[in-house]
Amino acid sequence: MIGASDPKGGNQDRPVLILGARSDMALALAHDLAKRGHPLQLAVRDPEKLARDRADLVTRHGVQVSLHGFDALEGGAAHALLADLPAPPRIVISAVGMLGDQDADAADPARARRIIDTNFTGPALALEIIAADMAARGGACAVIGIGSVAGDRGRAKNYVYGAAKAGFAAYLSGMRQKYAATDLHVLTVKPGFVSTAMTEGMDLPAPLTLTPEAMSAGILRSLDRGRQVHYNWRWRLVMTVIRLLPEKIFIRTKF
Amino acid sequence: MTVVREISGWGRWPRRICTLETPRDPAAAAAAAARPGAMIARGLGRAYGDAALNPDRTVAADRLNRFESFDPDTGVLIAEAGVSLAEIIETFLPRGFFPAVTPGTKFVTLGGAIAADVHGKNHHAVGSFGDHVLWLDLATAGGVRRCSPDASPDLFNATIGGMGLTGIVLRAAIGLMRVQSGWMRQRTVVAPDLSAAIAVFEGTLHVPYSVAWIDCLATGTARGRSLVYLGDHAGADDLDGAAPFDIPRRAARSMRVDAPSGALNRWSVRAFNAAYFRAGARKPAEALVDWDRYFYPLDAIHGWNRIYGRRGFAQHQCALPLATSQDALAQMLDAIAASGLGSFLAVLKRFGPGAPQRPLSFPIEGYTLALDLPLTGDALTLMGRLDDIVVAAHGRIYLAKDARMTQRTFESGYGPGLGAFAAMTNPSFSSLQSKRLGL
Repeated sequence: MIGASDPKGGNQDRPVLILGARSDMALALAHDLAKRGHPLQLAVRDPEKLARDRADLVTRHGVQVSLHGFDALEGGAAHALLADLPAPPRIVISAVGMLGDQDADAADPARARRIIDTNFTGPALALEIIAADMAARGGACAVIGIGSVAGDRGRAKNYVYGAAKAGFAAYLSGMRQKYAATDLHVLTVKPGFVSTAMTEGMDLPAPLTLTPEAMSAGILRSLDRGRQVHYNWRWRLVMTVIRLLPEKIFIRTKF
Repeated sequence: MTVVREISGWGRWPRRICTLETPRDPAAAAAAAARPGAMIARGLGRAYGDAALNPDRTVAADRLNRFESFDPDTGVLIAEAGVSLAEIIETFLPRGFFPAVTPGTKFVTLGGAIAADVHGKNHHAVGSFGDHVLWLDLATAGGVRRCSPDASPDLFNATIGGMGLTGIVLRAAIGLMRVQSGWMRQRTVVAPDLSAAIAVFEGTLHVPYSVAWIDCLATGTARGRSLVYLGDHAGADDLDGAAPFDIPRRAARSMRVDAPSGALNRWSVRAFNAAYFRAGARKPAEALVDWDRYFYPLDAIHGWNRIYGRRGFAQHQCALPLATSQDALAQMLDAIAASGLGSFLAVLKRFGPGAPQRPLSFPIEGYTLALDLPLTGDALTLMGRLDDIVVAAHGRIYLAKDARMTQRTFESGYGPGLGAFAAMTNPSFSSLQSKRLGL
């Protein structure tokens, strides 16, 4: 059975909506999906900034690409967005997220709330509305939420971000169960280190750092296989070990 | 984004620790060009030597990789300067278009192809890359300027072949060529010596593509024996039922480790050359070859430059005027044979008329010989000797391949245009090469 995307192409009737489309991972996904023939609906706070990427996607892949203003932090933005789309999407991807600065965020509730809303409540509530709309229309469709391995266990280095991503993952897992009997598939993506604008300037361990392009290819493989959660295999190993460590030992470690 | 990293050109020598800036888009690249501190732009690093190295500021085009528009009626593509020929072919060959000029690797950027004014096997028929550039946007400290044959023509001409010394190319419009398929008709002509090879070239100027592999270690009556490859884009009826654009992709292999430094020595190279010549002479003279194998045989092995070992290698590529070509080539072959240092990749090609309006553009009407040599003291000595022959023959050395020529060799080769070029350069742009050559 072909799901929401046919890897062989011919997806002209299956638009993909990407929330937070300006991120490097989102753009890599946009290219891979456009290559499969999906029309794209790119939603970002400032659509003007995506004009060059839109031209690139259209010229390179010959698909329809529409840009939409969307701020995940605004309640009701998802309803307005749905009304703005040229066609109902069959796949929605949330790449909305912000790493923040742990110490500053933990010290300032307003900043912490912004991190939590950007990584959890904003995208979760938007996906809820869009998923309900997609499921009601019927047919194979998919929700892809980009979380993070940081949500697998709270760490001193980034637990505001991590807790938000944990909440997002729990939300997606709930949605997955809710829609299990329908044609709506929910895929949770848990990237580790990805060399993107978000991690620019950080000193990341090369064997555990993927390019946005490699990440995108992996995500689509998982989508094609009907997987529920996507990890890079190295990160699956690392996170299995980290999750299994008893709390008493974990708190003494330095990761 | 800024990182500090050891980088080199394709010959892996010299290497330098450079501060690499990677602007996200043309506006960020223009801002980088306006910041104080001399810099050089860098594409995919396929120039062999030190042309795209500046330890203080090397501006990478990795993220200037967007297509802007394509007009299928005219074949005009507008794209950012970091787009590679590989991407252009992947995108537009299925629509029936191919770069009008391509060098021997598809892993070059648009900006790099302009900066080196690269040529292909069809130079004698269609000129060099710059002949197919309609306009370009050039960023300097003074802002961004649109240059074309009509607008700022002097700056346009200096930028094509100008090795990045006039500014950073942000975007360009180029004309792609219509093709009926992704296949090439190839004919191999065996030339038993140098004058026979030259006779083949002179007799086939009407054929769109021609290039020769030359056995530079053969001596005596076999001196300069060559396999001349003639080619043309196959039409729909040449294909024998093969799909015109649906060509199975080759799985790329990688050279992941350096070969031991002595792997290519005079005996292995001599044996390779002799075997290659015999094999080529035995194969059927006519063949249908896909575009990737035809234009880019070495691209199938990523990192093939590692075959020369950690020490790296240098390429010596000269262009010789028609009048002096045959004598100078014979002298060069004698010098190579006398040194015993062979090149297993020696390529001979006939150039059509050059572009004197572009002061640093390499091709001049005549012959070009390119040799890869491992970097050893003996090889550097040989290359110095070859330089002398080139200078005496009023020839010149290709800046995109150069890592070691002297300022004197450079000035003797490009002399007439250097004054015009100097008027167009800008102290904000310099590379290790430009400093070495006093450019």
